[in-house]
Amino acid sequence: MNDNSHMIADTTRRIFRELGDPQTLRTTDARHRLWSALESAGLTRTWIPEALDGSGASLADGFEVIRIAGEFAISVPLAETLLSGWLLQQAGIAMPQGASTVAPVDVRDRITADPAGALTGTARAVPFAADAAHIVIMYTHGDRAFVGSVDRGLCRIEERTNLAGDARDSVALQGVAPRAMAQAAINFDALMLMGAAVRCTQMAGALQAILDLSVAYANERVAFEKPIAKFQAIQHSLAKLAGEAAAALAAAGSAADAIATASQTAADIFLEVASAKIRVGEAATTAAAIAHQVHGAIGFSQEHVLHRYTHRLWAWRDDFGSESYWAVRLGRLVAGSGADALWPMLAAR
Amino acid sequence: MTAIQFDPIRLPPEAQALRAEVRAFVRQEIDAGTFDPHRGALLLESNADFSRKVGARGWIGMTWPKRYGGRERSFLERYVVTEELRVANAPVGLHFTADRQSGPMLLKFAGERVKADILPRITRGECCFCIGMSEPDSGSDLFAAKTRALRCESGWRVRGTKLWTTGAHRADYMIGLFRTSAPTKDNRRHGLTQFLVDMTAPGIKVNPIANTLGQHEFNEVVFDDMFVPDEHALGEIDMAWKQAASELGYERSGPERFLEISYVLFELVRVLGSSPDARGAEGIGRLVAQLHTLRRMSVSVNGMLQAGKDPTLEGSIVKDMGTVWQQLLPHKARDLTAFIDGETHDRKRFDQLLAHATGIVPKLTIQGGTSEVLRGIIARGLGLR
Repeated sequence: MNDNSHMIADTTRRIFRELGDPQTLRTTDARHRLWSALESAGLTRTWIPEALDGSGASLADGFEVIRIAGEFAISVPLAETLLSGWLLQQAGIAMPQGASTVAPVDVRDRITADPAGALTGTARAVPFAADAAHIVIMYTHGDRAFVGSVDRGLCRIEERTNLAGDARDSVALQGVAPRAMAQAAINFDALMLMGAAVRCTQMAGALQAILDLSVAYANERVAFEKPIAKFQAIQHSLAKLAGEAAAALAAAGSAADAIATASQTAADIFLEVASAKIRVGEAATTAAAIAHQVHGAIGFSQEHVLHRYTHRLWAWRDDFGSESYWAVRLGRLVAGSGADALWPMLAAR
Repeated sequence: MTAIQFDPIRLPPEAQALRAEVRAFVRQEIDAGTFDPHRGALLLESNADFSRKVGARGWIGMTWPKRYGGRERSFLERYVVTEELRVANAPVGLHFTADRQSGPMLLKFAGERVKADILPRITRGECCFCIGMSEPDSGSDLFAAKTRALRCESGWRVRGTKLWTTGAHRADYMIGLFRTSAPTKDNRRHGLTQFLVDMTAPGIKVNPIANTLGQHEFNEVVFDDMFVPDEHALGEIDMAWKQAASELGYERSGPERFLEISYVLFELVRVLGSSPDARGAEGIGRLVAQLHTLRRMSVSVNGMLQAGKDPTLEGSIVKDMGTVWQQLLPHKARDLTAFIDGETHDRKRFDQLLAHATGIVPKLTIQGGTSEVLRGIIARGLGLR
């Protein structure tokens, strides 16, 4: 990491420490304050080049911003706005000011343009659609992929929430003209992979946080006349939780690195990101269960912060393709390439 | 924040170039009939000819100084050689222990004469080592070791018994952990010393112990007044506990911790065929994602070691997770092939290998530090003890 990378990471951490406590972020006001701070620090435009009025930070820097935000169970559309900026800039489109999100995010959904270029279709479970000023849509026009930016007001939004109470809205478009559009340099799959890498990264951050919360709690909580951290059963549970958090960190870090490194091919990126989304999702399942078990009853209460993390970890598993979705695709690829091709594929990285 | 760190380290181009060389060599040896990669073998089967050939290629002790027969190559290059030989199920038993831990131990703690004598022989693949740690009443609790080394003129006299000593029956040398003083009141780890033991010395008896598969891999080693010369004491007398820690990073984070029975996964893919149903595909996908992640963690730890960092915590995590993963692998493979009919599909080889792997895996979470010991180390790293 160079000085600039350190500065971006430090700024992110400082803002979230000050304004990003997941327990106080339940009011619109508090979320607003956090968002304004992120926006004025330029962090919401991390992945937009300076020429398009962005911060022009590297892909790696942006992933680090997202990972740190994950340590605070991020409940504002920061990751989505970064992803929007990335999607728009690769099509050479400038991003309007304000919070943004992308659609579709469900691997089954598609938006299409009619011959006149008006967009039609429905995207399910779009994160923070109701909070966004605009939505960046990837759609097909003829047989080509396009990217366009659409004002939120022109979409029919059906407000829904995920397990954590964060907005996952249904976005319906009926003949909506995009504000700006251009042919995409990438396909829909590349958007899903980038989205999955972003989610894995914030999940890795959140897993680190629940490890830290659980370790701290075990050292404080006294039962049977000693801190429960002194019991071997608790130590071994937390060692397993640390292993899961470590696996998530390694898998997500490797996937982000593959995307950030120009020399990696599309096949490399598929293996890395699919593996990460699978493994990080599995880690979330195992780790959240341990964290709750270690915390006991207090961790199951609204007043304790733990559920802000565990509910989001569970929910994030579903965004941009679940473990099962990516596992079937990865398994088919491996089977199709044959048993003897598997090791060379793994060993190449 | 806990200090767990896994940098996304990539193998450098020279390591990947070496991989191609190792693969060509392995292919040539399989074609020549030196070994069958699909045999259900001992995990560390020995083949003296094979080890000599690996030595001749410069792939044993390859990170060591040239004056001791090493090649002064990086740990990531050694990593690649270890991976390729393991994945091919190659018979590396004669040299592997010496290459991984005994050689580095000598390099660090032996005198010049011992180093000049033994290290070049290891690198030529002519010298087999075993590790004398466990005893009848001392396994995970190493510091309970009772085998005594008593001072005598110009050396030491050893009495006692080591147990579960893998490969003692074929080893030329042992690195043995013996008690040279009583533990002190405030440090029960005090009083143990590591020694180089010549396995041909009078006063050593090696008794075979059959494992659950009927194989002879581990042994009981009885010392009856065996003499060890002074220059075979390694490092500081009574202070072995200080020396052990630095070796553990390498010992625990190597690719053998998750590739020992990788043939189960490869044969699973073969048996499920080129277009498995969703259940089969999902099963393969998850296993591949898990293996990929373990490998990325392991490469990362080795990269950190190469960079001079101390990833004791990370290395313990890799061994714990890697061995637990391997332990479940045969059972998952069994589940995923439940509906593949042996009458219509050729699954004979798969079934043989699966049976063997199923029998072998209980040892993986015991040898080289039990899961319980590793989790204790991880818990200490987390600040819980």
